[in-house]
Amino acid sequence: MSGLITRRGLLTGISALGAGAALSACGAKTGGDTSKAAGAKADTSGSTVKVGLLNSLSGTMAISEVTVHNALLLAVKEINAAGGVLGKKLEPVSQDGASDWPTFAEKAQALITDSKVVATFGCWTSASRKAVKPVFERNKSLLFYPVQYEGLEQSPYIFYSGATTNQQIVPALDYLKKQGLTKLYLVGSDYVFPRTANKIIKTYAKANGMEVLGEDYAPLGSTEFATIVNKVKGAGADAVFNTLNGDSNVAFFKEYKSAGLTARKLPVLSVSIAEEEVKSIGTQYLEGQLTAWNYYQTTPGAANEKFVAAYQAAYGRNKPTSDPMEAAYISVHLWKAMVEKAGSFDVEKVKAASDGIEFDAPEGKVTVDGATQHVHKTARIGKVTANGLIEEVWNSGGPIKPDPYLKGYDWAADLS
Amino acid sequence: MTVILNQSFTGVSIGAVLLLIALGLTLTFGQMGVINMAHGEFIMAGAYTTYVLQKSIGDAGISLLLALPVAFLVAGSMGALLEWLLIRRLYTRPLDTLLVTWGVSLMLQQLARDIFGAPNVQTRAPDLLTGSVSIAGVTLANSRLFILGFALLCVFGLAATLRTTPLGRRIRAVVQNRDLAEVSGIATGQVDRTTFFIGSGLAGMAGVALTLIGPIGPTTGTNYIVDAFLVVVVGGIGRLRGAVITAFALGLLQSVLEYSTTVSVAKVVVLVGIVAFLQWRPQGLYTVRTRSLV
Repeated sequence: MSGLITRRGLLTGISALGAGAALSACGAKTGGDTSKAAGAKADTSGSTVKVGLLNSLSGTMAISEVTVHNALLLAVKEINAAGGVLGKKLEPVSQDGASDWPTFAEKAQALITDSKVVATFGCWTSASRKAVKPVFERNKSLLFYPVQYEGLEQSPYIFYSGATTNQQIVPALDYLKKQGLTKLYLVGSDYVFPRTANKIIKTYAKANGMEVLGEDYAPLGSTEFATIVNKVKGAGADAVFNTLNGDSNVAFFKEYKSAGLTARKLPVLSVSIAEEEVKSIGTQYLEGQLTAWNYYQTTPGAANEKFVAAYQAAYGRNKPTSDPMEAAYISVHLWKAMVEKAGSFDVEKVKAASDGIEFDAPEGKVTVDGATQHVHKTARIGKVTANGLIEEVWNSGGPIKPDPYLKGYDWAADLS
Repeated sequence: MTVILNQSFTGVSIGAVLLLIALGLTLTFGQMGVINMAHGEFIMAGAYTTYVLQKSIGDAGISLLLALPVAFLVAGSMGALLEWLLIRRLYTRPLDTLLVTWGVSLMLQQLARDIFGAPNVQTRAPDLLTGSVSIAGVTLANSRLFILGFALLCVFGLAATLRTTPLGRRIRAVVQNRDLAEVSGIATGQVDRTTFFIGSGLAGMAGVALTLIGPIGPTTGTNYIVDAFLVVVVGGIGRLRGAVITAFALGLLQSVLEYSTTVSVAKVVVLVGIVAFLQWRPQGLYTVRTRSLV
């Protein structure tokens, strides 16, 4: 029987399958039909207006993005309970980006063209944001992006409610330097955010007397980290800067602990692991490790107590809240405030009204910077505790003005 | 020196994972010539079995040990069912098995998504397996040692079954000459189903082992299926010894390359190496002599 199958034939078949999958992942497709773009208009005629929610509800990123989706729904529910926006109730339309960037672009187009949404909230990975960016720009429709990212970007049709590099990565590096942890090892997923972030980290290190001893990338979704952990172990670094995304972190931290590495021996500072991820990776693998964010569930304040209580009432007592969820939650409220200040859902009017919009957010007061369409945010470093939450060990003392192109830093002069 | 030893152990442990996932495939693909694209989903079924048992039992150690036989039965039964429903109608059309089982694999993935939800889940490893032992400066992760030991146990178990038991003799007889086996009074249909049961069951146990390394999701199996086929093809279809040598050789090669270059470069070099190797030895490392006519 096996004579019928030639081994070479089989191998060709298998590699063709693999190549096909790789091609579609590379974004061979573009964001839908451009001819429809001109006619795409948000529909504000009825008693409700539609808002798009665009998150990965399946695939490797779902572990993180489902929580963001939940937080967005919570904000929409709160706004509706308080009477809606300009007298109109919000009708959320959810689309699943499925952890696949071309799919994100298609779904973004569908939200704008078919659902005629007034604004869209979502995306997590920078790759998905880069994939949808031209779609929103072409259709002159608004996207609110809730996750910390690598900076060096500014789109007239995107509002960024997560941290840019000077509100997260740069303060994290300052913190490590202050602790005397100057020899770094960089581990990241192989796509745009970690590569750009690491470029910034290397530039910072060179100018600040720090040393980068090694830099390794694993494909998104990869689960084999034995070699990378071996390399980290042998490098003689003081700390690991971790920009892995999604559930690769599970495999990485399992391997890290197996190799006998602990937070005390060689701390890992992660910029993409929040409370939800800590819980599903397992506290025993993460206790004592560092994270850099703008918000933790433990952040003090009445606004946060209200947010945590509302979230847990809606999604379960033991569900943690996290920074990207909080940034997603505030993005809907910020948009509402912009629309009300503008007195209109019109995209250009909303943008014009954005500067100086404030919101008493769970992380503390946030203010929209109209020039960059980013938000003033407080930087926070935290340590994972035994109960799976993150305890703040340092903060910047107040909101930091967003600087996506790091223009305020001499060392960053040749970055962009 | 420590680095070299550490890295060699990593290579061996990657090899052990490859071996585990390819072992069942050496039976179903190697012995029976069925290109079973759903093999990866049997791995996934085994991984989810561990998850379900841990959810209901709680204790990580007991649930892991219990998961091994249960996953063998669960995945094995799925395999036997697949064989009875579809594959037995296709033994004369091996390439069609590829398409049919691929369809099945997509359906199983969707089923898993419906049952367990789209986001990936994790299991807790027993405390004993999260630590490591140090020998002469080399850190050996307990979970990896467990996987290595378990893979070898499976290999010896399978080899012994094929070589010494009546069932093993019947399997070999059917593989070498189905018609002659049939006239000798062997119920070939039943042997096929049993072979498939064992092959799929082995995939299920591989799935249990994989929960020690990474997350479990509907596409867990897909991540490993290509590697599994590579091991079987390079090893020589149907040869246990070939699969063992290939798995460890690929594991070592992969880890050495990953160490000296990057993960992506290592993957490319390994694939190019395999293609070159098959140009030189299209039949793989070892070949099975068969008297069958087709």
